[in-house]
Amino acid sequence: MKNKVFLEGMRDGLPIGFGYFAVAFSLGIVARNAGLTPFQGFIASFFCVASAGEYALFTSIQAAASFLEIALITLVVNARYLLMSTALTQRFDSRTPLIHRFIIGFGVTDEIFGITIARQGPINPIYNYGALLVAIPLWSLGTSLGIIAGNFLPARVVSALSVALYGMFLAIIVPPAKKNLVIMISVLISFAASYACTKLPLVSNLSGGTRTIILTVLISSIVAIIKPIPESEEEENK
Amino acid sequence: MTAYTYGAIFTAFAVSYLIRVLPLTLIRKPIKNRFIKSFLYYVPYITLAVMTFPAIVDATQSPIAGIIALVVGIALSYFGAGLFPVACACCAVVFAAEFFLV
Repeated sequence: MKNKVFLEGMRDGLPIGFGYFAVAFSLGIVARNAGLTPFQGFIASFFCVASAGEYALFTSIQAAASFLEIALITLVVNARYLLMSTALTQRFDSRTPLIHRFIIGFGVTDEIFGITIARQGPINPIYNYGALLVAIPLWSLGTSLGIIAGNFLPARVVSALSVALYGMFLAIIVPPAKKNLVIMISVLISFAASYACTKLPLVSNLSGGTRTIILTVLISSIVAIIKPIPESEEEENK
Repeated sequence: MTAYTYGAIFTAFAVSYLIRVLPLTLIRKPIKNRFIKSFLYYVPYITLAVMTFPAIVDATQSPIAGIIALVVGIALSYFGAGLFPVACACCAVVFAAEFFLV
């Protein structure tokens, strides 16, 4: 039983890993420009596991930023993980040993979070470990190879691989939106607002990570006020 | 330079990890407040939607290929395809489309 869940995690971790690999590869080129060695790139990706966060880290290293600056920018760019982890707390079985929270916390990324909440019932740590075991090495390796090989993958391949992540996001949000009108409208509003924010003056100057957190907090708050989840249905929606 | 780089990596790691693990370890009980419960219920879908569009269109060499991937991804997910098939299909249509578009 545990094996099956672990394999399911690995299976779902694979498309994430491929997407990561492509993104990490291009991230490696940024790291290379900042003077990182392939080993340093591997370490940075293995421990930080955050695309936007690492992009900020590498450009900060290149600019010889202070550690305080690096801490602040990491906080802002990765602030959405704070929301995701908080959301995950509600999906833990109270009997799950604490140690799993420390390990799962290590691997909270947009994509891992996505596949975690897409599963029914309480979080099964084994599933996350299967996914992390595939995704994180590919992510770290991609960064190293990006540093070593520079622009070795053809642009068309990078372009194609880079939509894997978004395809997965769609597969996570579309099925619940089909069943729940409030989610569908929220998703459409999010698309529109997100698009508007890349065009509007001032807001468009903010980094992608900052825009994501502002929009998420704003839209989720409004929807939660207008359409709070019914006390009884909340279990079956999970 | 080497010490600085490792210090910088460690700083980013420490902040990233704390952000992720503090809520997970400090919040151990079900949240009772209805607003917070509703807020957290909607967060995943909204944050993924915000991150998907228009980013998917900017990720490809040709924006049109990105739009095709978006449409194909939504359609396949709507008709029940799983994460992996949808992700692969999106990659495939971009790869194919860019033969004509780029």
